[in-house]
Amino acid sequence: MSLFLLKRFATFIATLIGASLVVFLALEVLPGDAAQMILGPEAPAETVQNLRVKLGLDRPPLERYLVWMEGLAQGDLGVSYAYQTPVNELLGERLAVTIPLAVMAMLLTTVLALGLGVYAAAHHNRVGDVGVMGFSQLGLAIPNFWFAILLILLFAVSLGWFSAGGFPGWSEGIWPAFKSLLLPAVALATVQAAILTRITRSAVLEVLREDFVRTARAKGLSRAAALWRHVLRNAMIPVITIMGLQFSNLLAGTIVVENVFYLPGLGRLIFQAIANRDLAVVKDAVLLLAGMVVLVNFIVDLLYAAIDPRLKVQDT
Amino acid sequence: MSIALRLPRRALRHPSFVLGGVLTALLIGVAALSLVWTPWSSYEIDVPNRLKPASALHWLGTDPLGRDVLSLLLTGAQNSILVGVIAVGIGLGAGVALGALASALRGWVEELVMRLADFTFAFPAILSAIMLTAIFGPGIVNSIIAIGIFNIPVFARVTRASANAVWAREFILAARAAGKGRFRITIEHVLPNISASIMVQATIQFATAILAEAALSYLGLGTQPPQPSWGRMLNEAQTLMFNAPQLAIFPGAAIALSVLGLNLLGDGLRDLLDPRLARKR
Repeated sequence: MSLFLLKRFATFIATLIGASLVVFLALEVLPGDAAQMILGPEAPAETVQNLRVKLGLDRPPLERYLVWMEGLAQGDLGVSYAYQTPVNELLGERLAVTIPLAVMAMLLTTVLALGLGVYAAAHHNRVGDVGVMGFSQLGLAIPNFWFAILLILLFAVSLGWFSAGGFPGWSEGIWPAFKSLLLPAVALATVQAAILTRITRSAVLEVLREDFVRTARAKGLSRAAALWRHVLRNAMIPVITIMGLQFSNLLAGTIVVENVFYLPGLGRLIFQAIANRDLAVVKDAVLLLAGMVVLVNFIVDLLYAAIDPRLKVQDT
Repeated sequence: MSIALRLPRRALRHPSFVLGGVLTALLIGVAALSLVWTPWSSYEIDVPNRLKPASALHWLGTDPLGRDVLSLLLTGAQNSILVGVIAVGIGLGAGVALGALASALRGWVEELVMRLADFTFAFPAILSAIMLTAIFGPGIVNSIIAIGIFNIPVFARVTRASANAVWAREFILAARAAGKGRFRITIEHVLPNISASIMVQATIQFATAILAEAALSYLGLGTQPPQPSWGRMLNEAQTLMFNAPQLAIFPGAAIALSVLGLNLLGDGLRDLLDPRLARKR
């Protein structure tokens, strides 16, 4: 067990370091002169040189990378060029929107997908199953930002139940903030729920054919009891793996959906930082997002092993 | 009856395959048609006729610049196909080569390729596209490259998994006994035997590429004006949701129908080419 954990943890750390190297190389080394990028091609050479010194770009890449890593370890991410505020404060504020949004979307996804997937499997090849599968096909095809626009059209423009976008902040109370995250969470969750419903359905169908389910039924357990008590737990292995991947997709999806709803989250920050050529923010925010994806995958690996003990045996 | 005759018959009786095929043919047909004909020019601005509702002259109305929405939709299909073909081509070319290499050589090469593939997933397509845009600036070429790069590990994984199954078969042993090398076996035996799974994956990735390009263009990072793009049409429509809500409907429906068609076609192909999977579903 400890060897398994150690291996997974080593992979997690290696992936994080790899991600930081890719982000650093991509944003600071490859494009040539980052200062020129920030100021634009027309900027006078002297101004560019001053900014290069100010940003520390005149130092060798390895030194810059190590300084960045040291700052990351100490929680000092530098100052945003566009906002003139410390980057870690900026990221903290934005995460207070993105994390609750992603968690809400994931909860919605899980509830919808498990319910619909188990229902479809229990009614295999009947009208309910065909209906659920039809909806999931549609859900897969609809771009989340278009679905978000349709939700705004219906619930904000036509019915007036929600505002068309914006975020009042958690200081205004939990309900207004929650309400402004609800439509974005629904938009994010629909596509993911469509995928997870299909996975849940096929995983449940697979387990339903196993001998131990027949034994459970032969013992006198009702179909529903066998389903919820035995089948679902065994069907969760592929479901949890996909859920991990989906949380990553949800985090990435926030970049687009936050822009549709004008939410001041991490995704919108990355987008705005690119528009403002605020490379320090882009670098840290992209690494943060990639780091969250890697962290979620690491947690999924651990959960996966907790559910399926065979994995630990294989790996040790 | 031979397999060659049975397959088309089964295909025509498969609802997903037929519906997916029709929608995909429609997408390709529309894109091809727009190369030679559109009701109006997709590039000509006609401000006096801006935001007109649907009429006999403009079947789906006009946009804020007075351009015919139907013509923009037709031309936008070209864009989606272009992105899909090139992005899937990049993923297919590099991914299949890497996956086949990993499967043929095994050992550290396989480990390296698979760990690299895992690593790439730390950067979801939209994030890597945004990074590329930050470096090289927005545009259709950069977004195609970013989407294509994201496709590489997907194809590498599918190829390696399918190829490993083929390498374990007896006819490969026979080929090796006959003195054929790993490269020749890969080309002559492995790749032809895994082409079905790769084709199914290519159809699905095509749909994903259309969605990703639409998202990037919606953010203003993909296709740039004046080239019509469904994603950017949605972006422009969003600012006019209270005045002209219909503008937000058509481009989204076009994306959804294209993706639905490709997904159904992929599902249908998988069922037809691997009947064992079809029975499980």
